[in-house]
This record gives sequence, structure tokens and C-alpha cells, in this order.
Amino acid sequence: MIKLKYEIIVVGGGHAGIEASLASSRMNHKTLLVTGNIDNIADMPCNPSIGGPAKGIVVREIDALGGEMAKNTDKSSLQMKMLNTKKGPAVRALRAQADKVIYKKEMLNTLQNQENLTIKEGLVKELIIENNKASGVILENGETISSKAVILTTGTYLRGAILVGSEKTNGGPHGEKPSNYLSPFLKKIGFNIIRLKTGTPPRIEKSSVDFSKLQVERGSSEDITFSYDNKTALAYKYQLPCYLIYTNAETKKIIQNHLKESSMYGGYVEGVGPRYCPSIEDKIVRFSDKERHQLFLEPESIYYDDLYLQGFSTSMPHYVQEQMVHSLKGLEHAKILKYAYAIEYDAIDPKQIKPTLETKIIDNLYTAGQINGTSGYEEAAGQGLMAGINASLKIDNRKPLVLKRNESYIGVLIDDLVTKGVKDPYRLLTSRAEYRLLLRDDNADLRLREYGHEIGLIKDDIYKNFLQKKKNIEELTNLLKEEKITPKESINNILKELNTSPLKDSISLYDLLKRTEISIEDLFNFKNLNYKDEVLKEVEINIKYEGYIKKSMEEAKKMLELENKIIPEDIDYKNIPNIASEAREKLEEIRPLTLGQASRISGVNPSDIAIISIYLKKRGA
Amino acid sequence: MNDTIAAISTKLGVGAISIIRVSGSKSIEIVNSIFKGKDLTKVDSHTINYGYINNGVEDLDEVLVSVMRSPKTFTRENIVEINCHGGISTTLSILDLIVEKGARLAEPGEFTKRAFLNGRIDLTQAESVMDLIESKTDQSRKLALSSLEGSLKKYIQTFRNKLKHLLANIEVNIDYPEYYDIEEVTKEELKETIKILKEDLTNLIKKSEERQILKNGIKTIIIGRPNVGKSSILNNLLKEEKAIVTDIEGTTRDIVEGSIMFDGIELSLIDTAGIRETDNLAEKIGVEKSLSLINEANLIITVLNGSEELTENDLFILSQVEDKNPVIVLNKNDLPLRINKNKLKFKHIVSTNTNTLDGLTPLKEEIKKMFKLEEISEDDYTYLANNRQLTLAKKSLQSLKDAEESFENNAPIDIVEVDLKEVFELLGNITGENYNDELLDELFANFCVGK
Repeated sequence: MIKLKYEIIVVGGGHAGIEASLASSRMNHKTLLVTGNIDNIADMPCNPSIGGPAKGIVVREIDALGGEMAKNTDKSSLQMKMLNTKKGPAVRALRAQADKVIYKKEMLNTLQNQENLTIKEGLVKELIIENNKASGVILENGETISSKAVILTTGTYLRGAILVGSEKTNGGPHGEKPSNYLSPFLKKIGFNIIRLKTGTPPRIEKSSVDFSKLQVERGSSEDITFSYDNKTALAYKYQLPCYLIYTNAETKKIIQNHLKESSMYGGYVEGVGPRYCPSIEDKIVRFSDKERHQLFLEPESIYYDDLYLQGFSTSMPHYVQEQMVHSLKGLEHAKILKYAYAIEYDAIDPKQIKPTLETKIIDNLYTAGQINGTSGYEEAAGQGLMAGINASLKIDNRKPLVLKRNESYIGVLIDDLVTKGVKDPYRLLTSRAEYRLLLRDDNADLRLREYGHEIGLIKDDIYKNFLQKKKNIEELTNLLKEEKITPKESINNILKELNTSPLKDSISLYDLLKRTEISIEDLFNFKNLNYKDEVLKEVEINIKYEGYIKKSMEEAKKMLELENKIIPEDIDYKNIPNIASEAREKLEEIRPLTLGQASRISGVNPSDIAIISIYLKKRGA
Repeated sequence: MNDTIAAISTKLGVGAISIIRVSGSKSIEIVNSIFKGKDLTKVDSHTINYGYINNGVEDLDEVLVSVMRSPKTFTRENIVEINCHGGISTTLSILDLIVEKGARLAEPGEFTKRAFLNGRIDLTQAESVMDLIESKTDQSRKLALSSLEGSLKKYIQTFRNKLKHLLANIEVNIDYPEYYDIEEVTKEELKETIKILKEDLTNLIKKSEERQILKNGIKTIIIGRPNVGKSSILNNLLKEEKAIVTDIEGTTRDIVEGSIMFDGIELSLIDTAGIRETDNLAEKIGVEKSLSLINEANLIITVLNGSEELTENDLFILSQVEDKNPVIVLNKNDLPLRINKNKLKFKHIVSTNTNTLDGLTPLKEEIKKMFKLEEISEDDYTYLANNRQLTLAKKSLQSLKDAEESFENNAPIDIVEVDLKEVFELLGNITGENYNDELLDELFANFCVGK
């Protein structure tokens, strides 16, 4: 057998492609990363931030599994903010403002120093397919490169087009060449191609802004990092602020007067835009009764003067954008460095991929990121990591890693994609997770590190630290259960000072901590608890919310029962009498792997699930 | 495709006409093969056709046959209904003939099941049809029909919409934490909504439980020591009112004496052994049985002989029903009263006799009052129609209470929401609506968020 130069080819150098190629090369597979432009590797073409509700937890999960995004964000952060601190343990989420220049530089550095990984410039025209198996790529210059698996992470480049007003230019966000051949090729071999749209707001020159009129928004003052393994946080005093701005009646008037000139309302857009990321003209039209809309000015880099005007994405022509920006208080004389634009691109129908991210149509072909209909750096990175992992596992003939909905947001994301498909670009939200009390920012390592180690992305020394943490958590929990305080006067005096009711009977510290007003730090009054912060916090959450966490686990268990019922791949739904016809159609299209997945398909009712379940039982007998 | 099913869809023996319903792809073909008259495969849909059912040897019955073609039918399949006139045995022979020709006997509720599976009706409607089929009285028939039109569904939907809006607001605060223009759900708002929902749900459950009693018949027991006139009361009630059933298959220990129709409501009368304290073993078992029946009954009629002073047995019986809201009947009011009414601490006390024609009127009036029969006959038919729905509603109420408790313990909003979401989901299960993406749709439809 000929020894291939590369085992896995990753097409695209965005956040999905990076994680995919790092994962496969770190799992000891010769990997080739093909990108249109090396300078654009790890580019953040939209917002200069990483994380936020749900997304921040994905970044943690990537770190727990051995990915790179968290570490690289820590290296390039300009501000760190813990969001939702008062709304409950499950929805706390970390967000970083990241320096776009440093982020790219650091990531490129990591990639270039990665063993087994080669980076090459080029645009992929076609895939080499042998026996229905992806086995390499053909570049637009005619070069052919063989491999055992291909991972497509094409971002917005498949027939990408930039829209500003009535103008449409084919290409990428920085004027790059689009990939014009690959999506027609994919269509030819059986993929359903969908057209999506997204947009980005204008960038404003910092020195032209009157900051005295803006409200300052700062990060969190405590030291926080994304990565579990990195403990050096950006000091608060070095953090850069963001600024809050509002649109006003004048802005609204300008937009209303020029509405027809926007690409969107002028009818120049074919793609479907994201619901959660409406353009400013969309917001004005859909919420016409609102007086004002909130915007943020965010720093993009310490190396250049751009500020990102979050909330102001638009596809208006340049001269209207000028008027719109200048109507904003503090931006009366602002200079626009880069105009807002909408971007259209091709994606595939994610119902055509499996939970492993391998396509159903071609074996050993994986897809991740915007090509699967998602949006967001974090969503892309999470999928890229899983595609890299699963492609590697498959080459090694190992069992695939499919994360479940009760284990991770990444699992929720992928399950949603392959089960429900997308209508508009998909963004993760905490509301998409039914067991979010289990999927917390603080416990991503406890949920996933084991997997990371098993597949070989978490090295032994890091794993040892993790085991130690787990041990400490257990130890501290037991200690709090054993340690009792009695209703002595001295004790009750302390309790009084802590604003909690005095004791009548003795009580364990464990039970005392269940009181809403008592924090784990308060327990130091009774017992020296010499543990790291992360251990203390974990134990505190587990004890305080014990009842709710248990309830969530019970529900997850019920779900898993269905999840463990495998539907044989050769099932013929035509042979099952009594399923509703809509359900039958959907089941045939998606071909769920488990009864659990089937139950989440819209249009498939509990009665259908019951019928299939009975059918499977009979068949099995 | 589904096979063809057939069943007699009217109560056998009741009324002069029986209807046989046949549903499925071959229904028209099958009936046509035994029908003497027009060619049913060629007649228009939704027509009634006169003719005879013939078994190949002789005409069995003179019939009217309705032909209804898919999809505008109850099951969305082809349906044929045969109106037979020949009494029970003829109807059964015709059904046998249809089965012989290739149909299969339908299982109970199978027509409804098909209607549901073919998307013709939703889950609450399906259940209502079952109720309609099984309902024995006019009141419960109306109840079932009203659910069918979806008044329960509408009510639950309003309820869920309130909750949905609240949840979407909480979610938007969580997923878009820095949108200061979107109001945070305040504690007052949360508290108020939970309170209102709790009241609404409690009312619905209470109302529905009362209606369940109506539907299944008011389980009534008449107790009293021997010789106070129990049997006469029972017999007079049965005689005066139209007794519709004489024996019902129930639990083995229930000895149902009969059912009477009572302003459209059914009273199922259960006879009990005369109760008194006893040492006799056999008698003791009978007494214990009666006592346990007290706990199951919806209505307890305790009979005393008004013309005699209270005996120890009377006092024992009264002590057993003390907290059960019984009707105390002072019977034999044609004789002088020897019981001090004021000493009886009961809400419902009536005087009766079984010698005159209207001697029992006070008792009947009291029962009507107790079950608010006048009110019920009005137009409110929004209830949970069966046990499944009732159980789900009760679970929802429990989750609402849990949410309230967490809230009062100052739990963070995400924690309070755990229970609220459960309520939302449980209520969705009642109407059979899918939870999936509803919340997200609400979120994006009502809140302006996004970069």
C-alpha cells in the first residue's frame, strides 16, 4: 500500500478548520490544512468577542476536550466579563473581548509549531471520491492531494458574495476570491445546497468618537480565564472598556426613508438571515414602536484604531450608512473605516450529516461550521473539534465520540443540527438546552475531560491535575457532611453576624450551606477549608442546588433510556403500520439513529414513537 | 395502507336503528359486494343510498348506506355507514358478513385512533371522542362535545401563552444579558404570574374533578342502621326515576343496586349492609366493607329514623361520616320528630317519608344543591376530560407550587424557571402540543435582540 503524505485534509482555516486540524494532528494523523489565504487563518471577520451565554460554555467544553480556542482567547483578551452572575449557576457565562490581531498571530503560531500539521494555500475545486469514500481533494490549479478523510470547513466562502445596497460582489469579507466550484460539485454528488446570509456592522475610527457622550461598560474585576489549564488572567487595570450607545428618532427616520435602498428590503438578497442577528433595518421595521435600540462600541485591537459598532449591522449603501452613523450621539463626526455589509454563502442541509459530523452521502467526508448552517466562532470551533476527533477515530477504527444533550452544549448543537436541520443560521442559546443545570460553565472539565484524555487530546500531566481536582471535590463534600456545629452561644453569635437564624439542634456544615444566605466562604468561620477556589465553587453549587441538579439528572436519565434504543440502520418505515404520514416522511429523511433522536424530530409525535418502539420490540423478538 | 375495520357504532338494543361503520381503503368495495341497489363504488361522496343487504342467498335487511370518501371523513379514510333496521340479531349477521368479505373487527376506539393518527383531530379531541362514546348521560355528552370543539384546548393555550411570554422574557434576559432596554422579569411580576396561574389551575382541577363525578355518575351510598327506611328510600328513588341500568360490572365488592337519572345526572346507588357495631365475624366483614365504601362514595345519604331517639348505632354511624359531608335524612316525617335537629352538627339535613308521592322531594332538592346541578347545566364546558389530563394538570400545579417555593427561598431566576418550564411542558402534553421550538419563536418574535 502506498503511504499517503496526509491522512486528513482540512479545507478552510477559520475557527472550525483550526480545531479540526489541531485535533487530528494531535491525534497523530498527518494533516493538511488548505486555506485560501494564510493571512486570514483564525480571522474574526465579525464581532471582536468570544463567549457569552451558551457560547462561553462551548469554549470551556472545547478546552475540556483538548481544543485550542480557550487558550488562544486567554492569550489575546482585552476584557473578560462573567455574565449573568446573579441569575443562577447554570447560566453564568464568560465572554472575552479579544484582540483580533493577537488572536490571529498566536493561533497561527500554534498551528505552525504543531507536529504532523502542514498548512497550504489553495482553493479546493472538487473532492476525490473512491467507492463513495472521500479520499482527497483537487485544487483549482489542478493539483491533486490524496488522503483518508476530508473535513470541509468552508465558512462563508462557498459562492460567497458581499452585499452593500444594490451592489453585489463575489468574494470574501476582505475581498478574497470566493470558492466557486466546490458547492456546485457538492450539489452534483447529492447534497442539498441552501443559501444563507449574515451581516456585520460598520467599524468606526476610535479617534473620531466623542467618548464623553457614551456610557462606559467594563469587564469583571476578578481574575478569570477561559482555559482550565491557564491561570494567568488579564489584570483588570489592563482591560479595555466597551461603550454603550443608543439609536434615536433621527436614526429611525433615516433608515425608514432609505429602506428600499438596503440589499435586504430592495430584494437583492436570496439567502436567509439569522433571526437572532437582525440588521438594524430589520429591527426598525419589526419593532417600529421602539423608540431606540441599544448598540455597543467594542475595541477590535490594540494595533489598530477600529471600533466595532455592535447592533448596527446593515446592508445600506455607503452614503446612507454615513448618515445613520452620524445620527448617533457621540458619533456625530465619526469616521467609518469599514462599511457594514451583508454576506451570502452556500451551506449544506445539516440533516444530511450524522451526529459524528460525517456526511450521510459520502463516507469519510466531514463538515463543520457555517457549511452546516451555524453561525458564530464558538459553534464553528466546537464542531471543528468534533469533526477532527471523529475523522481521526474513524481512520483508527475506533468508536466515534458523540456527545449527548445532557453532557454538553456541543452535543445539543450537533443534535439540533442533524435532527431538526436549519432554516436560518443556527446560534446556540441557553434555551436550546433542556438540561442546562447540568451544562454549567464551572463543570465543563468534569463533564468532558475524561473523554479528552481517552481520545488522546488531554495529556497525562493535565489529566492528573484534573483527577486531583475531582478528588478534592469529593473530599471537601464529605468533610462538610461530617463536620457538625452545635447550638452553642459562640456559634449562634457568628450565625447572627452572618444574618442567618441561630441553631436549635446541631447541623452539618453541608446542611448549613443549603441556606440561601450562606456562602461557602462563610463556612471558614467554623472550619478551615484549605481548597482552591474552583473546588470551593464547585462544591458550593452542588450542595446549594442539589435538589434541582438531581431533578435534571432524573430527566436526563429518562431521555437516555430512549437514547439507548438504537434504531437499526436498515429500518423501513413503510413496513410500520399506523405511523402518521408526516412523521413517516420526516423519519425517512432524517433516519435517526436512536428513538431519542426520533422523538426530537418535529412532526414525530409520542404516539409514533410508541408505535416504532413496539415494532422494534417485535422485530427484535 | 391501513386495513379496513368495521364495528357497530350504536349501542346494541337501544333504539330502533343500529349503525355499522366501516372505515379503510376497501370499505366501499366490501359493502358494495353485499349491497343490492346502486353501485356504491360509483356514487358521489357523502350520499345516502337506499337498498338491501344480501348474503348471496337472501335479503337480510332493508338499509340506508352512507358513502363518504377520503379525506373529508372522520378518519380521513373511506367510510361507509349502514343504517340497519332489523334489530340486534340482523345487525350482528350483517357485521359478520362484512368481516367475511375482508374487513376486520375494530378494536374499541380504533376509529378515533385512526382519526388521530391521520392528523384529523388532536389528542384532546381524540380523548373527547372516547368520552363521547362512553358517556351515558346528556350532561357528559355535552361535556365531551365541548372538549371536542377545543374549548379546553383554547383555555390551556391561553394559560400556556401567559407562561410562554414570561419564560421567553426570562430567557431573553439570560441569553442577552446586556440589553438594558428589555426589562428584566421582576420578582413582583414573577410572583403575580405564578399566583394567577396557580389560582386558575386550581380552579380548573377542582371543576374537572366535580365534572368527572358527573360523567362517571355520582357514586351514592345509603347507610343507616336496620329498619330506618333505607330500602324504602332506595326503592322509591328507583321507582320514581327512570332506572337505566340494573347491573353494572364494577369492583366485586360494590353491590350496585341501580342507577337513576336525575336531571340529566346519573346517581349510582350502592346498597350497603346495615351498619352497627358487632362482634359477629361475618357481620363485621360486611360492616367493614360498608365503611370502606364510605370513603369511595361521592354522596353519602345517612338515614335516621326521625320518629325515634338516636341510638348508639346511629351515633356510631354519624361518627363515621362526620367529615364526609353527608346528607342526613330524618325519615318517617309523617310521625312526630324525636330527634333534636340542633344537636346534629351537619350542613345538609332533610326530612322525608316514603309514604307520600313527594315525600322524597326535600332529599332530591338537597342533592341538586350539593352538586350545583342548576349551574352545571349552563354553558361552561371547559374541563379536563379524563384521568390522563387531570394527572398532568395536578403535576403542573405541583410544579407551580415548587416554583413558588424556590422563589420565596430567593433562589436565582434560572432555578425558579426549571419548575416553570416543567409546567409549560406538562400543559403542552395535555393538549398534545410540541414544546420544541415554541419558546425560541416567542423570544425572537417579541424581543428585539441581536448584534
